[in-house]
Amino acid sequence: MADTLQVSLWRGGSDGRYVDYAVPARESQTVLDVVTYVQRHLDATLSYRFACRVGMCGSCAMQVNGRARWTCRTHVSKVAEGGKLTVAPLENMPVIKDLAADMREFFGKWQRAKGRFAPSKTRNDPVEPIDPATPQRRAADAAIECINCGVCYASCDTVKWDKDYLGPAQLNRAWTLVNDVRDAGNRERLVAVSEGSGCHSCHSHQSCQEFCPVGLNPTRSIAGLKRKSLAAYLKGELKP
Amino acid sequence: MNVALYAWQRATAALMAPLVLVHLVVIFYAMGAGLSAAQMLARTRGSIAWGLFYGVFVAAVSVHAAIGVRTILIEWTPLPRRAIDGFAILFGLVLAVLGLRAVAAVVLP
Amino acid sequence: MSMLANRTRPLWFAAMIHRLSGLGLAIFLPFHFLVLGLAIRGEAQLDTFLRWTDQPLVKFSESALVGLLAVHMLGGLRLLALENMSWRGGQAVRALGLIAIAALVAVYFLVRVF
Repeated sequence: MADTLQVSLWRGGSDGRYVDYAVPARESQTVLDVVTYVQRHLDATLSYRFACRVGMCGSCAMQVNGRARWTCRTHVSKVAEGGKLTVAPLENMPVIKDLAADMREFFGKWQRAKGRFAPSKTRNDPVEPIDPATPQRRAADAAIECINCGVCYASCDTVKWDKDYLGPAQLNRAWTLVNDVRDAGNRERLVAVSEGSGCHSCHSHQSCQEFCPVGLNPTRSIAGLKRKSLAAYLKGELKP
Repeated sequence: MNVALYAWQRATAALMAPLVLVHLVVIFYAMGAGLSAAQMLARTRGSIAWGLFYGVFVAAVSVHAAIGVRTILIEWTPLPRRAIDGFAILFGLVLAVLGLRAVAAVVLP
Repeated sequence: MSMLANRTRPLWFAAMIHRLSGLGLAIFLPFHFLVLGLAIRGEAQLDTFLRWTDQPLVKFSESALVGLLAVHMLGGLRLLALENMSWRGGQAVRALGLIAIAALVAVYFLVRVF
C-alpha cells in the first residue's frame, strides 16, 4: 500500500476543474475521510455535504471514480485505482460548489411524482391495522427503505437524456404509496406518473438497481407503475 | 412518453413479435429457394392472406417506429418537443404510405 | 474524468443495441418499401434490383439487417416480459444471450446467402 493517495477533487461550479491533492493513506479509510482530510488540512474552502457518516442520512453521495456512491460507506481500498481517487459532485444535478450538488430538482420531482403521503384518516380515527403479509404491503415494504441519497438519480441515463424525467427514486417512492392502503392520493399520483417523462420513459437499464446502496430495485417498482397505470388507462380511468 | 404512447408502442411490439418471426422465415425461405422476382410475385399476387399479413405489419411498424424515433429525438437531440412530435407523425405517415404502397405492389393481381 | 460507471454495464450495452437496431431498421424501412414498390411497375424492375443485391457488400448488409431485426425483436420481448411479468433477476445474462442468438441468426443468414 502506497503512503499517499493521489486525490482529484472537483473544485468550483459547473465551469470548475479537478484539483489534485496528496492525502496520507491509512489502513482503514473511507472516501469521506479523504475528503474531510483535504478540508481540514489542505484547503478549508472545500465544500461538501455529509451528516451522519454511517449510511443513515443519505447526504454524502458523490461520484467516486465515475460511479455514484455513499462516500461514508465506501472504503478507499475497494475503489482506489492504483492509489488514485477522482471525486466529483453527483451527476445529473447542477453543481452548487465543489462536491456539493444542488438537489432542489431532485426533491421537486419527488413532489411532482406525488411522493407525499396523502392521509385518508385523521388523528381522531383509530389506528388502522396493516397486515404485513398482504401482497400490496409486501410490494410497498420491498421499496420503502429509500433515504433520498440521489445515487440512483445520478446513475440514470434516462434522467441525463430527458431533463423532465421524474427519476428512479421518485417513481420508486410513488410505487410504495400506490401500494399503501392508507393513502388517499393515488388517483392523482397515477396521473402524475403517467404523463410524458413519467414512469413510461424508463428504459430498464437497471443502473438504479445495481447502484442503490440499500439494495432497492427501482426498475421493478417502475415496472409496477407501468402495469398499474396501463391497466387504469385501458379501463378509461386515466386520460393522458 | 405518456401512458397512451406507451400502450401503443408496447401493443404494436407484442403484435409484431410473431409477425417478425414469420417474416424472418419468409426471408430465409425466399433466399434458400433462390426465388426470382417473378416467382415471388407469383406467390403473393392475389393472396388475401399475404395482403392482410403485411398490411397489419406495415400499420404496426409505422406506429411503433414513429414512437421509437420520437423517444430517441427527445433524448438525444436538443430539438423542441413540438418539432419532434411533428417529425414523428410525419415519419409514421411516410412509413404507412410507402409500406401500404409496397404491399399493394406485391399483392394486387 | 472516469467513464461513467453506469455506461459500462451489460444492460446499458443491451439497451444501446436495442435503440440503435431500432433506429437502423427505421432508417432502412422507407428504402425497403420503395424497392418493393418497384413491383408495381412490373417484375422486370424488381428483378434488376434483385440482381444488384447479389453483390457481396449488399449480402453483408442484408445479413446485418436480419441481425438488427432479430436483435430488436428478441430484446423487445425481454423488455415486454420484464415489464409485464413477475420480476426475474439475471436480466444481464438473458440480454447478452439474446444478443448472441441474434448474432447467430445473422451469421447463419450470411453463410446461407453465399
